[in-house]
Amino acid sequence: MSKNKLLIPLLAVLLGFVSGAIVMLITGHNPIEAYSALLKGAGFYGNIKRLGDTLLNTTTLILTGLSIAFAFRTGLFNIGVPGQMLMGGFIAVLIGAKLSYPAAIHVPLAVIGATVGGACWAFVPGILKARFRIHEVVSGIMMNYIAMWSVYYFVPVLIPGNFNTESRPIIQTASLRTEWLSAIFKGSYVNSGLFIALFCVVLVWWILEKTTFGYELKSVGFNIHASKYAGMKVNRNMILSLMIAGALAGLAGATFYIGYADNIKIGMLPSHGFDGIAVALLGLNNPFGVLLAALLFGFMNAGRLFMQSATNVPNELVPIIIAIIIFFAATSLMLQTWLQRVEKLVKRNGDK
Amino acid sequence: MDYIIEMLNIRKEFTGIVANDNITLQVKKGEIHALLGENGAGKSTLMSILFGLYQPDKGVIKVRGKEVKITNPNIANELGIGMVHQHFKLVHNFTVTENIILGIEKTSNGRIDIKAAAAKIQELSNRYKLFVDPHAKIEDISVGMQQRVEILKMLYRDADILIFDEPTAVLTPQEIIELMGVIRSMAAEGKTILIITHKLKEIKAVAENCTVISKGKSIATVDVAETSQERLAELMVGRKVSFKVEKQPAKLGEEAFRLENVNVMNHRGIHAVKNVSLSARQGEILGIAGIEGNGQTELIEAITGLRKAESGKILIKGADISNMDVRKRSESGLGHIPEDRHKYGLVLDFTLEDNMILENYYKEPFSKGGILNRDKIRSYADNLIKQFDVRSAQGPITKARSMSGGNQQKAIIAREVDRSPSVMIVAQPTRGLDVGAIEYIHKRLLEERDKGKTIILFSLELDEILNVSDRIAVMFNGEIVGIVNADDTNENELGLMMAGGRRNTDE
Repeated sequence: MSKNKLLIPLLAVLLGFVSGAIVMLITGHNPIEAYSALLKGAGFYGNIKRLGDTLLNTTTLILTGLSIAFAFRTGLFNIGVPGQMLMGGFIAVLIGAKLSYPAAIHVPLAVIGATVGGACWAFVPGILKARFRIHEVVSGIMMNYIAMWSVYYFVPVLIPGNFNTESRPIIQTASLRTEWLSAIFKGSYVNSGLFIALFCVVLVWWILEKTTFGYELKSVGFNIHASKYAGMKVNRNMILSLMIAGALAGLAGATFYIGYADNIKIGMLPSHGFDGIAVALLGLNNPFGVLLAALLFGFMNAGRLFMQSATNVPNELVPIIIAIIIFFAATSLMLQTWLQRVEKLVKRNGDK
Repeated sequence: MDYIIEMLNIRKEFTGIVANDNITLQVKKGEIHALLGENGAGKSTLMSILFGLYQPDKGVIKVRGKEVKITNPNIANELGIGMVHQHFKLVHNFTVTENIILGIEKTSNGRIDIKAAAAKIQELSNRYKLFVDPHAKIEDISVGMQQRVEILKMLYRDADILIFDEPTAVLTPQEIIELMGVIRSMAAEGKTILIITHKLKEIKAVAENCTVISKGKSIATVDVAETSQERLAELMVGRKVSFKVEKQPAKLGEEAFRLENVNVMNHRGIHAVKNVSLSARQGEILGIAGIEGNGQTELIEAITGLRKAESGKILIKGADISNMDVRKRSESGLGHIPEDRHKYGLVLDFTLEDNMILENYYKEPFSKGGILNRDKIRSYADNLIKQFDVRSAQGPITKARSMSGGNQQKAIIAREVDRSPSVMIVAQPTRGLDVGAIEYIHKRLLEERDKGKTIILFSLELDEILNVSDRIAVMFNGEIVGIVNADDTNENELGLMMAGGRRNTDE
């Protein structure tokens, strides 16, 4: 069983790339060239700056993926990640632009602000679920829009920038970028958010697998009735779980807005939030699976533009491949039946 | 001899498990044939093969003498084979007629001819004395009636070989008797009936022949009239089984458990438990009998803290626990073996070891400073598994979902008994289990009683109540209609009380 469990995401990825190759063949492109350009564009060989950009993309995806996966293990669908990420990012940018401290204080302050901001934003769907049984998907989506329009209002009021559509940049003492990382990756925006993300992977795994709290969370996620029977505080656990998920999303906001962007744009929800759903799905809601899935999506996103300019394959092919991978990962049952059939065929031929 | 169904040398293997190993089943036309076996013996697999849900790896199936390949349920339907599943497959907000014609609706000018269908259903219902109203909605009719809708579904499709999968598991004693009547009248009309069951009483009541399956193999096919229940049980389990529970006289101690004027509302806000007062002493098993839905579930939930009691007191050794949450109650010495082991008793996607600590996970030695101690959990689980003979494929790391019902129940009982609560609320402990497991569970409950514990046993099975309890309280319509000593009552008297007749007590 566990063998198949790992096999299916891998198979989904393989099928995604094979389908992409077929599309390219039909449209008259050379898939081998295109894929090698994709790899090159993502920095797997050639330019190390591009590898930095891949890791940059991956950083945010790890955190949003973890947020979804963590809530999911508790039986909750945290679709509010984009809003939580945006609010986290907004608080971080606010702290980064308004306050002035040495980096040793400024960076942690902004990061903590983002974490708290994300957690608070997730608290609302949490309490609504616990108190009034309002589904977290409904309130989560609403909170996304509330976040979007709040930022739309508050950015021009509190931290107006050179353009109407964005805030002013943060003071560099609050930036997650470090000189030594930028030096290694030749000027890439990859930043110390990567280490935060990797630390969170281990932390989430540790909470879920090693702690009493994680045991409770999983129990509530699997069977709310048995958890009540066992005397667990189900409502409290749901709120806490969403808040932790929100904190992770807030951190994602920090890595994006004070790691990569330097400022915050208004009127849009960060797409990483929704991409996190795909990352969690492909990563089987396992923290280390999330890490691998985020790497995959990160490299594809980073390499797509280079692929387009190098081989004329439209970069929109990448989202198509991602969509196909997600399709196959989501229909894991179908893949399982296919696998069983193949196994049977192999067996039968072996008998002969 | 003419057989209508022959399943010859059937073998079916799932990854790692041989579910059916060279099983042969032969059924004559018009007979009632029982398929007897413990949980997990392979009965359901065999019937699923006959119904086209699985393909056999080896073996031949003949229907009416002709060899057939049943590759899906539609082919089974065409061959006149119908199946009533243990869990009904009905659309709850559809009417009886709509459910029955689902999938084979006859239309004229694009409209479904409900009237003609309803008339045919009415006619079938009358012929087999099913008393089903074709226009009633499923959600409004009783479980027994729903089962008859399933039967009508098969009759409507002109099935003449009818498979019943554990048909009595969800029925009240009265409904069981009625079902037996229906089955007999169908057989009298020339239908062939196959019943999957592990209840010997029912086989004796209705079946003519019985094929016994054990561990995936067919053991024997016997004439039911000539075979005693004891013999059937022996064939099924592979050893002698005692039906009468051996019981020492109770050594009663002090009063340990008391309910005073407890009132509980159900989820619809209806007064489900009315002014219930009870008490039980150490070393005593108090049985609570009653037909399903007379307030037992609400009372259990109120005692254990899953539901709030409107008023009244719940006392354990004199201390009122009625305002405590579930955990406080369990720490005050209350144990609970829940009625629905899948919903409440287990986290099915957890491993067996994680289920063993479901109520104690936060205590030392399992948890220290918020960190789980996996080694201690493993050794604790291993110990309970050995002590209570809980069988599973991979021991402590088996997913609870993959275990048989009997072993799931054993795991819950192990967990509860080991916590050693002074008062244990036990609900339907043997529902859906086979004789071997039932015998074992009764023995364990009596052991606890003999250790001086108090057990409140809620059960719908009169045999169980009569055999295990020391005293019996009967619930009807939310009230306790009487409390009797188990030794000087009988099934008839309890049955009467369960239907609402008060006992003339001179106490």
